[in-house]
This record gives sequence, C-alpha cells and structure tokens, in this order.
Amino acid sequence: MRLKDLRHKIMSALKYDRSLASKEIKSDCHSDSIPPTTCPKNPPKMVGGAFGKKTSRRAAIGLAGGGVGAAFAFSACSNMLDEETKDKLGLSWEEFFKKNYRLMTDQEKGETVKRIEKLAKVKNNEIINVSDTPAKDGVLFGYAFNISKCQGYMDCVEACVKENNQDRESNMQYINIFEMENGNLNIESGNSKYSHEVPVEGKFYLGTQCFHCEKAPCIEVCPVGATWKEPDGIVVVDYDWCIGCRYCEAACPYWGRRFNWGAPQIPNEELNTEQHYLGNRKRGKGVMEKCTFCIQRTRKGLQPACVDACPTGSRTFGNLLDPNSEIRYIIENKKVFRLKEDLGTEPKFWYYMD
Amino acid sequence: MTNLLFHFIKDGILHALKGSKLYFTWLISLVALIGIGVFAYSIQISEGLKVTGMTDHVSWGLYISNFTFFVGIAAAAVMLILPAYIFNDADFTKVALIGEGVAVSALIMCLSFVTVDLGSPEKVWHLIPKLGYFNWPNSMLAWDVLVLNGYLALNLLIPFYILFSHYRGKEANKKKYFPFILLSVFWAIAIHLVTAFLYAGLPARPFWNNALLGPRFLASAFAAGPAFILVILSVLDYSTGFKIQKRVISKLALVVAIAAQINLIMLGSEIFKEFYHPTEHSSSAIYLFFGLHGHSALVPWIWTAISMNIIATLMLSIHKLRENHKILMGLCIMLFLAIWIEKGMGLVVPGFIPSPIGEIVEYSPTLVEVGITTGILAGGMLVLTVLVKVAIGIELGTFRSDAKDAN
Repeated sequence: MRLKDLRHKIMSALKYDRSLASKEIKSDCHSDSIPPTTCPKNPPKMVGGAFGKKTSRRAAIGLAGGGVGAAFAFSACSNMLDEETKDKLGLSWEEFFKKNYRLMTDQEKGETVKRIEKLAKVKNNEIINVSDTPAKDGVLFGYAFNISKCQGYMDCVEACVKENNQDRESNMQYINIFEMENGNLNIESGNSKYSHEVPVEGKFYLGTQCFHCEKAPCIEVCPVGATWKEPDGIVVVDYDWCIGCRYCEAACPYWGRRFNWGAPQIPNEELNTEQHYLGNRKRGKGVMEKCTFCIQRTRKGLQPACVDACPTGSRTFGNLLDPNSEIRYIIENKKVFRLKEDLGTEPKFWYYMD
Repeated sequence: MTNLLFHFIKDGILHALKGSKLYFTWLISLVALIGIGVFAYSIQISEGLKVTGMTDHVSWGLYISNFTFFVGIAAAAVMLILPAYIFNDADFTKVALIGEGVAVSALIMCLSFVTVDLGSPEKVWHLIPKLGYFNWPNSMLAWDVLVLNGYLALNLLIPFYILFSHYRGKEANKKKYFPFILLSVFWAIAIHLVTAFLYAGLPARPFWNNALLGPRFLASAFAAGPAFILVILSVLDYSTGFKIQKRVISKLALVVAIAAQINLIMLGSEIFKEFYHPTEHSSSAIYLFFGLHGHSALVPWIWTAISMNIIATLMLSIHKLRENHKILMGLCIMLFLAIWIEKGMGLVVPGFIPSPIGEIVEYSPTLVEVGITTGILAGGMLVLTVLVKVAIGIELGTFRSDAKDAN
C-alpha cells in the first residue's frame, strides 16, 4: 500500500514537470542571442540581476553544463511563463549555483539572503526576515547547565523546536533531557525517553545538545567543508552546501546532529519568521542540522530560547571572554565538569551542581 | 587513430551483444534487476532517505555496508596484478585482465553505493576542487573520493591500453604501462586502508576506533576478493573457450587460504580484547555477538558469518580439500558470503549501537533499500560481464582490427 502511495506521488511530480516543459517548448525566444524585440511582448525584467550582471565562473560552468536547468533559465524572456514562475526558476537557479557561505563576500551574502526571502514569498507565501549578522569581536559563546536545579520539565525542548523551525513530522529535537539515577553520572545509563510526572525522587536531570566543541570532530570530517566554527565559537552548518553524507553525524561523540530524512514539515502558522542564514531558516530535504545556540537570537544580544524557557534557572548562556559574565563566574567558582573530556573535544558546555 | 578507437569501441559493444541464449537471459535478468533499482531510487529521490531504515541513531546502513565490502573486492585485484606483472608469472598474465575487470565493476558499485547514500545527490558538484570546496586533506571521505576515482582510472587505463594494443595485433609495450602497474599496486592497498581509516578515525565510535581495523580490512579483502575471482574464473573456464590453468587456480586458492587464516587470527584478537575485560567501549561488540538489553537483531547474522568463516578457513587450510575443484568453489562462495555479512552489516551497523549517549535503536533495511542495493549489484555484474566478454574476445583473437597499418 505504501509503495502505491509513493508511486502516485512520483507520478504527480512527473506531471508537474511535464506541464512546465510543454510551456517551455511553446516559447519561441528561449535563447540569449535573440534580441528582446522579437519577443511577442516586452520581456519582463530579469529577476535578481543574475543574467544582466557579469557571469561568474561558477554560473558560467553551470550554464555550460546545465541541461534542463539551463533551458529553464533561458526561458526568462518568454511571456508564456508568468512572472511568478520566472521569479521562482531564476532565483532557484541562482540559489543552486551559489558558493559555500564561508567563501561569499559580504555583498554575496546579502544577495543570497534577499533571494531566500523572495523565494519564501513566491513559493510558500511566507514573509520571513533572514539575517546574516556576523560574529562580534571579543565574543566567544559558552553554556553552563546546573544539574541540581533541572527538574526535567522539558520546556526547553519545546521552546527549541518552535524557535528553530524543526521538522514536526519526525519530531526532531536538538535537546535531550536524561533522567539519571542519583549517584551515577554515566550518561549512557540515563533515560531520555521518560514520559511520567517529574521530578522523581532519587533522580536528577541532565540535558544534552550540541556542545559547540572547540576541537569539534564533526568539522574536520566534512568532505565539502559545509560545517565550521564561527569566530564566536558557534559550530554551524551551511544547509545549502551540505551534500547529506552524514559523516559528521557519525563523528559526533555527543549525538548532537540531526538529519532531514524527509522534507521538513512546519505548519505555516507555527513558522518562526525571524531567521538567520546559519540558524533557524527552513532546511531542505537531505541535509544536516543542529543546535546553533539560537544564532538568530544570540547575535542580536538575546538569550537562546532554551535559556529563556527554563522555569528553574538551570541554564546559563554568555560570553566566555567577558570576565564579568555569569558564565565566567560559574566556571571559576563552581565544581564544573564536561562530558567525555578524555576525547579532547573541548566542549563549550559545562555541567555543575550547587 | 581516432577512427580506430571508434571502431574498437563499436566492435566491443557489438561483441558484447553477441552470445548464446543463456548469455542473453543473463543480460536481460541483470537489466531487469537494474530497472527495479532505478524504480526504487526514484522513490528515494522524491521522498528522501526517510524511505530507508536509517535514522539519526543508525545513520549509515545497507548502502555504506556494501560500499565498504566492495572496496575490498576492488583492492583484491592486486593479488592477480602483483604476480602477473611484477613477478612476471606467465600463468597470471592472462587472467590479470579479469582481475582488473573485477576491480572496475567493484569500484562502479562502490561509487554508486555512496551516491545513493547521499541526502542531496544533486549537490555532488560541491566535491569538485575549485568549483566546490574539497575538504582535503582533513576529511578522510575526501581522501576516499580521491583514491577510489584514481584507482578506477588506473584500472580502466591499463587494461584499455593492453587490449587496444592486442586489438590492433600489436604487443603492448610493457615499459609504457609498467609504472602505472606499480602505482596501482600501492593504490590498491591505499584504497582499502583509507576506507578503514574513515571509520578508525572516529573516537566517537569505539567499535571502529581501533588500530587493527585497517590491517583486518586488508586481510578480509584478500580472502574475499580472490575467492570471488576464483568463482568467476571457474565460470569462464566452464562456459567459454578461455581456459584457466590449474596452477593459477591452486595458487590463488592458497592466497585465499592464507589471507583467511590471518583474518581469523585478527578476529580472535579483537574478540579477546572486547570480552576478556569488557568496558563501556565493548557495548557494540556485546550488542553484535550477544545482544544488548534485549536487542539482538544482528546476533543470528554474525554467528552465521563466523561459523561459515571458520569452517571455510579450516577446510581451505587442508590441501586435499582445497585441491578438489568442486569443494574449493563451495568454500570460496561460503567465505565470500561470510565476509560480506561480517564486514558489511556486521561492521557498520553495530558501530552506531548503542549511540554515543547510550541509546539503543536497531536498524533493518527497507524494501526500497534492498531494491536499490540489488540494482547496483546487478549493475556491477553487468559491467563485469561486458568487460570480461570483450577482454576474452580480444585475448582469444575472435575480434581484432583489420587495419594493420594503424599507428
């Protein structure tokens, strides 16, 4: 039965493609060389300036090698396609052939952010605000977690899912809260699947997420450099550059990464529209994601959603380079520890107890 | 020259399409299986990898298991190339081309397996240096892309040169191709070591993070690979005019036996280390061999593999049994299957169980995964069939160029 459904979906997808292709054939001026005057009506304005501006090496290679895509792009002067479809195709084309975010100039970063906003509008009718705010000088983010205070309510988990636009269908979560037996700090004997009333007598609670390691094993294994550590210490993923090999997921000793096994589903009314390129913007099918310390919030000086949501005050986030910060106070004055310190990954996530 | 090249390719294709009814039945069944694979992949492309059994806990499965195993088969071609070209063993010179054919088909399977495993295959161009961002030398996966494609090029280039020379009725000039042979010998070792390092370099996964993984990969490859080649050679000997000398068979059988023995010693050493004083790091091995907290999906598989492995190795070590052709074939198939299970699913999947934070989620492949895998295996066999058919045609002199004045 499942196979049948799948086949139906495939067939409908094919139909959609064919309808596009037939429109393509009808257009009689699908080449660059034909002057615009031969178009039946005035050619609509090019979208995003892709074809008007000097062709970059990447775009040139893309055009030379492109098959179907190139045909779509060249159809820009056709009046058989309505403006909206052209917008979509042109923008998607430029998005597909853009660079790794780290290699982009500030101007290119700004352009892709604009394209993403525009695509969200024309494709899904979403008004979103994508930021590309860079790291601030003199900032290195760190996190502390008080295991004597946490009661296991999981408000943080819920807030994180909402803030970061995680896939609702697979119930993706960045944060795990482990219920642990008193007297045992071994996380492997903890239980993160509890669904009873908390807190339970004789237990304590410990949360994990991406620890934004200073020496992160996930970064070096990526074959395409799609994940890296930003100057403020946040380990990020370029969702548009990730090819989905999942080597980083295998390399993480803390199970901090999550993969989009299908296309993420988020109800429109629940979408968080305040987004960051390296943060909570919508991910595609088949790419990796993870906690970004809520980069879209923290680079604006706000606290991560999990910290804000915590009713017990177990979570502390701040700038490790600021000697007056609360996080520095905790590290200097409490008995702190980190998970699997023997691996030399240097997590920027400390646990402590009162 | 270009004209001749064109004729060579045309003749090759025409020759590959000639044969008995049985041969055609074989080709058509392979094409049908490839069709199933393509259909299954179309489902995976439209729905994403959620149609597989993989999860965030077990994030590699049947595809990467098969990839790992077939890298070994590709590397094992060196066991024919080494005696043929380096030690100048005349018996082996004739069959070395078959070994290279096996390597090419195994590599095509490997590259297909990694490609179907990608979540965003349309972005593979990100791997192309300059155009994309090739994270070399940091990422072992970048190394693997490099060595696999390099080895594929070598194994296409050398036989192509030799066969093309023979096609023109000329002897291949050994001086010209010998440096490449030498390179391919080291390269064969490299592809398998690099693939092992892909796993061994992850401290997050104690089951893989051990120094023995690389050598063990080589030993198992040099057992399973020549075992596979032995079966292929027997099939050719039986069904074509391409006769294989007894000496080649018995020498290769000895290679299989010795490699299988070394592999068993290493297996014993691993088992000792994991179980003499089990630590937290032994959880994966406990899961694999005995099950963990009631989860035991791999237990029947690994014990089947280990039993087959031990029986085949013991019997191969007895000269009388190994010299009997029928028994030898049985043992080769047995050993091949044993290592396929052990090095594929038995190595990749338990590495993920339990997860680094102690959770146990089991894995079993879905129909889509099995369909795609079958399609790729059939594709590999099709490539092998065509390559071997053409190579044998040229070597037996059934098809040659008529142009004698070619330069």
